[in-house]
Amino acid sequence: MKYQVKPLPQVDLPELRTVGKPLRKVDAMGKAVGDTVYAGDYSMPRMLYGKVFRSKQSSARITRLDVSKARALPGVACVITGLDVPNARLVSDMPGQTGQKQRAGSDVPVLASEQVRFYGEPIALVAAETLEIADKAVSLIEIDYEPLPGVYDPLEAMKPGAPVVTPPDNIVARWKIRKGNVESGFEQADLIVENTFRIPYQEHAYLEPEAGVAWIDERGAITIRVSTQVIEHFRTIARAVGVRQNKIHIQGTMVGGGFGGKEDITIEIYLALLAKHTARPVKMVYTREESFLAHAKRHPYVITHRTGVKKNGQITASKIEMISDSGAYPYLSPYVLLYTTVMAPGPYRINNVQVDAISVATNNPYTSAFRGFGGPQACFAYEQQMDDIARQLGLDPLEVRKVNYLRTGDCTATGQVIESAAWLEETATRAMAALGEQSPNYGSVKIGQGFASYFQSYGRITWMHDTSQAWVGLELDGTVTIRAGVPDLGAGQANSLCQIAAEVLGVPLERVTIYTTDSALTPLSGTSTATRQLYMSGNAALMAATAVRNVLLNRASKYFEEDIEALDIADGKAFIKNDPSQTLNLVDLAKMCASEGMHLSNLALFKAPFTDPINPETGQGQVWPDFTFGSFAVEVAVDTETGEVTILKAAACHDIGRAINRAAAEGQIIGGGMQGLGYGLMENLIVKEGVIKTPSLTEYLIPTSMDFPDIQAIILESGTGLGPFGAKGIGEPSLTPAAPAAASAIANALGVSISEIPITPEKVLAALERA
Amino acid sequence: MKPQMITLHINGRTHYVALNPNLTLLVALRDLGYTDVKSGCEKGDCGACAVFLNGVAVNSCLVLAAQADEGEILTAAGLGTSEHPHPLQTAFSDAGAIQCGYCTPGMIISAKALLDHKPHPTDAEIRDAISGNLCRCTGYAQIIQAVQSAAEKMDAGGEG
Repeated sequence: MKYQVKPLPQVDLPELRTVGKPLRKVDAMGKAVGDTVYAGDYSMPRMLYGKVFRSKQSSARITRLDVSKARALPGVACVITGLDVPNARLVSDMPGQTGQKQRAGSDVPVLASEQVRFYGEPIALVAAETLEIADKAVSLIEIDYEPLPGVYDPLEAMKPGAPVVTPPDNIVARWKIRKGNVESGFEQADLIVENTFRIPYQEHAYLEPEAGVAWIDERGAITIRVSTQVIEHFRTIARAVGVRQNKIHIQGTMVGGGFGGKEDITIEIYLALLAKHTARPVKMVYTREESFLAHAKRHPYVITHRTGVKKNGQITASKIEMISDSGAYPYLSPYVLLYTTVMAPGPYRINNVQVDAISVATNNPYTSAFRGFGGPQACFAYEQQMDDIARQLGLDPLEVRKVNYLRTGDCTATGQVIESAAWLEETATRAMAALGEQSPNYGSVKIGQGFASYFQSYGRITWMHDTSQAWVGLELDGTVTIRAGVPDLGAGQANSLCQIAAEVLGVPLERVTIYTTDSALTPLSGTSTATRQLYMSGNAALMAATAVRNVLLNRASKYFEEDIEALDIADGKAFIKNDPSQTLNLVDLAKMCASEGMHLSNLALFKAPFTDPINPETGQGQVWPDFTFGSFAVEVAVDTETGEVTILKAAACHDIGRAINRAAAEGQIIGGGMQGLGYGLMENLIVKEGVIKTPSLTEYLIPTSMDFPDIQAIILESGTGLGPFGAKGIGEPSLTPAAPAAASAIANALGVSISEIPITPEKVLAALERA
Repeated sequence: MKPQMITLHINGRTHYVALNPNLTLLVALRDLGYTDVKSGCEKGDCGACAVFLNGVAVNSCLVLAAQADEGEILTAAGLGTSEHPHPLQTAFSDAGAIQCGYCTPGMIISAKALLDHKPHPTDAEIRDAISGNLCRCTGYAQIIQAVQSAAEKMDAGGEG
């Protein structure tokens, strides 16, 4: 074994009955037998089919748009252009870092009418009696463009005289961190290491392309059944469509994969406009190619690290510059940039930090949320930098990290104190130990092992003042109902709430039913983004279930003539802890409470910590509620003749605070890890002059069952998270360290590092030539 | 295009329908209400639309409905119900093999096609059998465990 496994501190977590068990998720069987109805599976009487007409230019003025032939086609119900809906804009809230509260160009026209800024930009909408007629109508739309100079490289876009995507300039957002004094930090250094890293796009490639159906109900409300991570977009849609907020009703469905790609508004705005204009139900389903064109990608970054270190590896100064490509419209780029900025130095204790980050508009595909939200790009750069520091100092990669790893009580670069467990060496040594002895080299094949550590937030930015609600009620037959507006992306967002309520109310999981994701009928629970649902809605469900439990215990205390503290509820019964033979069936107890008018349900609201925004000049302040920590280790075989990289072993170790459903947590760790390995080694979105050249799953390859071995999932539970029962979040963190770990193992095998992903055979051979 | 009358036997029910000859089996099945057959790419890349056609697992997006005339079609929903699930459906549910679930019906079809011929597959054989079914959520490990677990149960129960 390469490293001695660092012992864990003593943690005494109470034994729980339901929470933590790898139980069958409440939504699993419906999916296995095909009962689950996804957004594209719905149909309505008298339904029309919608299609989007998109730009075939990445930067051009529209000189003529003629939809008359499309409108005249029999079977076409309507064609909508930007001139028909001049107020239809999607406003993205911009934090004040550009010096203007609402930067020009920060809102997106739903339909471009004068100018197109990216290839695939929507220009017109069609609704027709059949899909074939809708397709035909789209082909009859005539358009003339006057090409405008485009800009496709963010570095070029920053130069004076570069084409401006949207006035006044191409600077979409800036963030800064100023902590200590980097110049004096560099003076104290024995060695200064500088590297530049290039990190590419990533496509979400969820299996379910965007889909939905909208209609106007008997209240006059535009009802939209859609696959989305955010049902609360109803407010933005109301503004864009020009109706009151209570006249947009989102019925979210089970989401066939999101990963951030269904976080921004997708087709629901088109459905709303078409339903409003036709007064008929309208269905829209993207093809795979349209899905590639239509939704955001992970941001490409260029990141430069300049790090001063002592001979023992201690970092004395860290100066980092980052540039991200926002594409033609900002969407969430400013926030993604903030994440990358704050995570830029990595999970290391550094007194002197300077980060300058900038997001730049181009005529490339627009970029926004993707699992990790800027964290994976930061991690790839800081972990490759740590490996290079180790190489240059002649030290082991773990030794260099151990000197610098954050510990509980330390501050991040923005001055936020780490209050929970920060198990970095603990996770790194366990992940590496799980790989076992390194396999021997053979022939032209070189073997290497490497790892990456990370920290990643869970929960939203604390100055966004995030809240979540959940309703829990006990029915008179002893079953439990939960209502919560939680979009379930497959990660077990809904199931976790059920396991929590089952634990608190002492019923088996099968007796809990959850109703989710309805903006009008279920309490709003916020977005399924930012690794926040277990933390936020889990706490709300815990609060609501606990309130119901207290009602039950109060009544049971009278019945038993015992103090509440002497009682417990489990297996559908209240009982005396010291004398479990004395029981009261939950059904009888519920009836007693109901007949006495006691409240057997509760609506709870959980609030994250609320803080003021960080100082825009120094970046100092709290940014998130808390962090998850972990490490990922990889063993690779690299064929030095062909450049081919084969992953032989992979292991991920994360402190997730507390597992609520162990199988689901492992599924996040393995699945997120696989997406990260794909990002590091395979996934290659080729964009030329703003045009995606790989818009299908034939050309953009994601991992199949044959590409990588099983990732060993090692779950640690410090119990120190802010979520229910001490849970942290694992949805996004699972992805973050995988690509840098693979890069680290390849560098270990070859003795030369590769600073750009995906690490394709061509890049391996080029690196060997340089060496 | 002139519609053509064809007969499809789907999950034990017979449908006699007029369809355009250029329609894929995937679209025909979904239009007939068999929405457990999922559409992910419509070009054979993802496997989400896999069904059995006359006992052979196929991507229904790569077969014209007219080619399936008089054919016996079995979809994942035809294998079992939530009351009486197929052992693969139980094993997928219990092993954490289902996240978003969009690949699941096609994945179960490919797994059954394997177990029909190889009741005791190795992990490598399972990987090979599901290599045409993309899953973006799970990283495949729990799917492979689920197929192994179903194989054991089916063997013990004399099924398969």
